[in-house]
Amino acid sequence: MTNNKKINFTWSTQSVVLLVIMAMWIFLSIFTEEFLTITNIQNVLKQVTIQGINAVGATLVIITAGIDLSVGSVVAVVNVLFAMLLVGGTPIWFGVLMVLALAAGLGFVNGFFVHQFRVPPFIATLAMMSIARGAALLISGGRNVFGLPRSIAEFSSGTFLGIPNLFWFLIAVIAFMEFLLRKTTFGRYVYAVGSNPEAARLSGINIRWVIIGVYLIAGLLWGLSGILETSRLWMGVPNTGTGYELDAIAAAVLGGASLMGAQGSAIGAFLGALVMTTIYNGSVLLNIDPFWQRIIVGIILVTTVSIDQIRSKRS
Amino acid sequence: MADEINSTYSVIMKNITKTFPGVVALANVNFELEEGEVKGLVGENGAGKSTLIKILTGAYTPDQGEIIIFGEKFGALNPIIAEKKGIAAVYQDLMLANHLTVQENIFLGNELSKLGLISKKEMTKKTNELLANLGYKGIIDPLDKVGNLSSAHKGMVAIAKALAKNAKIMILDEPTAVLAEKEVNELFHVVKQLRNNGISVIYISHRLEEIFEICDNLTVLKDGKVVGSRKVEETTEDELITMMVGRELKKDFYVERNIGEEILRIENLTNSKVKHCSFSIKKGEIVGLYGLVGSGRTELARALFGADPIEEGEIYINGKRINRHSPKDSIKRKLALIPEDRREQGLALRLSVKDNINLPIYTRISKIGIIDSKKEKDNTFNFIESLSIKTPTIYQKVENLSGGNQQKVVLSKWLASESEIFILDEPTNGIDVGAKEEIYELINDLASGGNAILLISSYIPELMAICDRILVMREGTIAGEITREKFSEGKILSLALKTENNKAGVRND
Repeated sequence: MTNNKKINFTWSTQSVVLLVIMAMWIFLSIFTEEFLTITNIQNVLKQVTIQGINAVGATLVIITAGIDLSVGSVVAVVNVLFAMLLVGGTPIWFGVLMVLALAAGLGFVNGFFVHQFRVPPFIATLAMMSIARGAALLISGGRNVFGLPRSIAEFSSGTFLGIPNLFWFLIAVIAFMEFLLRKTTFGRYVYAVGSNPEAARLSGINIRWVIIGVYLIAGLLWGLSGILETSRLWMGVPNTGTGYELDAIAAAVLGGASLMGAQGSAIGAFLGALVMTTIYNGSVLLNIDPFWQRIIVGIILVTTVSIDQIRSKRS
Repeated sequence: MADEINSTYSVIMKNITKTFPGVVALANVNFELEEGEVKGLVGENGAGKSTLIKILTGAYTPDQGEIIIFGEKFGALNPIIAEKKGIAAVYQDLMLANHLTVQENIFLGNELSKLGLISKKEMTKKTNELLANLGYKGIIDPLDKVGNLSSAHKGMVAIAKALAKNAKIMILDEPTAVLAEKEVNELFHVVKQLRNNGISVIYISHRLEEIFEICDNLTVLKDGKVVGSRKVEETTEDELITMMVGRELKKDFYVERNIGEEILRIENLTNSKVKHCSFSIKKGEIVGLYGLVGSGRTELARALFGADPIEEGEIYINGKRINRHSPKDSIKRKLALIPEDRREQGLALRLSVKDNINLPIYTRISKIGIIDSKKEKDNTFNFIESLSIKTPTIYQKVENLSGGNQQKVVLSKWLASESEIFILDEPTNGIDVGAKEEIYELINDLASGGNAILLISSYIPELMAICDRILVMREGTIAGEITREKFSEGKILSLALKTENNKAGVRND
């Protein structure tokens, strides 16, 4: 009995979010002319890509009862470095490899300090947030990087099978993460560490590699976001990505991830990101003062989590 | 006062009964404490000492009986009334904040203030007065951080804190557990000081020699009943032990088994919690490990499994000395630890039955990191059936299962790992009688199948009903060993309780 309730409940966190999205889409379709146009839908899909990838990474970390605040800064340093490499004539494939390696390395450092020195994840990644942002500003001299090949910008505006190129990356990331979390030993260990690290350790799980692996994969995803961001902006912007960490965490939590650990999924993260993107897109179409967007996001976030808490207490 | 009864008694507890689901923790207990008396409360683990104390401090409500504090009658206390009436339990580790100063700790929540501003000077003065009462003025600085003090001095601060709240009845629960020998004498000195000031003390300790040294009278509890009260000068350690024993398990679960060759041997195992422990286990053998709370049983198990570091000593498995030592290595060597606290250490509560059971064996049921979900499910169904785990589906979160079923999930986890040496730490703790019997049968089956079992329990009858041998721990070391034909609760308890000079006698008995 309780079991069915429990399954329904985890499902319903996501289904509630899905309903919210549908309601918003119906509302926007009726009250704006532009919302339900191919151009705008493609726009939404483009916008949700980077948010979504970030949210998937944040979810992975949150499942281990951790947190990663370095998202936006890593995106920025990757964006700036990638732009500078391309401007300097580095082949694209090599530039991609280099910045992905860098992003993974930064993630590794996060994980290393969290596990090895027991630095609370909030602090370790806050430090990384500051360091990576500083590095982005330092290498660019605080100025935007221009002069990227046109093909870079064309990539982000292109489509494949009618779906924006960028969005395919999000699909791939979600598929990869769902597979990792559901089908692999690593995925099981991530949840186990998030639920009870001591029980996991006594079950013979190498906690070190789980924690470091999680932050490393998250870093790699931020790296991908940074590359796509470069394509979208067609330049390197050292101040880009400010506030991404909050968006990513909010989307993860909206999608059912629990900051207590052991709960969350990639699909959920995507739905959370879609809520946020719809709000941003919708408020532009409705001519709402953009400053309202953040207020709305905040209200939705605290409401969803409160409902969640009340329901989990009741069960 | 209307209910004035007898003013020389600070506490009279009459016919106190307290039951928990499935257990009678206290049955018609009578307990008296005179003003200025130091009274020892002794009994085995689970005899009901803590329950009695919790009723006196208002943490538990008795099912029936009455409590008379300084002549005033109560059906039940609550923590606020208990404190007002001057009852204070001194648990030094729980009561003090290490990063605050001595005086801040003593007046925590009752800060002395003038016009809302904390008056440090006044607090220092009062603290010094309190410390002077205990003979510690000038020795403990009111402005020193508690974290910098020795264990003994922390204890004094905890006592001073109770005095600051006008405690008249002080409960010291295992106060010497964290003290060195010299510090114990300091504590005794302070206890005598308290007695001279007219304060009544309830003194709980497993160390009988302390009871004899510091108490005036004592009360022995067994199975939730008072078996007797004595003046200390009129009794002996042997008499107390005789009073404490005599519990029985209704059934004997022992089965004859073929005992094979030695599979595990540890020599001189030492770390911060255990000292020079040596023993061995053979295939098919069930070896019990008994000790009172704090004797180092769990710590020995954890060190053996690689959960805690080892400083000295060797572990041999199948005659081979092992070098690297972590839980992961132990699992590879077919060791299994079923930990004492299943919720804290045994289970990932928010994960499903399936995920928990398969946790130690995912490497075996996966290829290049991808789980064979058919094997995973089959394995789960097997154990749900063979141990009759009551769960609606394999996806149920284990936090929603009953204690007995949770314990079966932990056991399944380690049965699945195909271990050969099982360390079970209090496997029947907090589960109902039916589930207990199933677990005894399971342990027997495991041993009959040629596995070696180390069974840790604080319940002697349980060990006597199933083990081939029992090892007894005392103060971090193995105090002795008793074989099945010589089992007696008295012998086991004396090994666990008694002082050095008595130990040798029992071992050769």
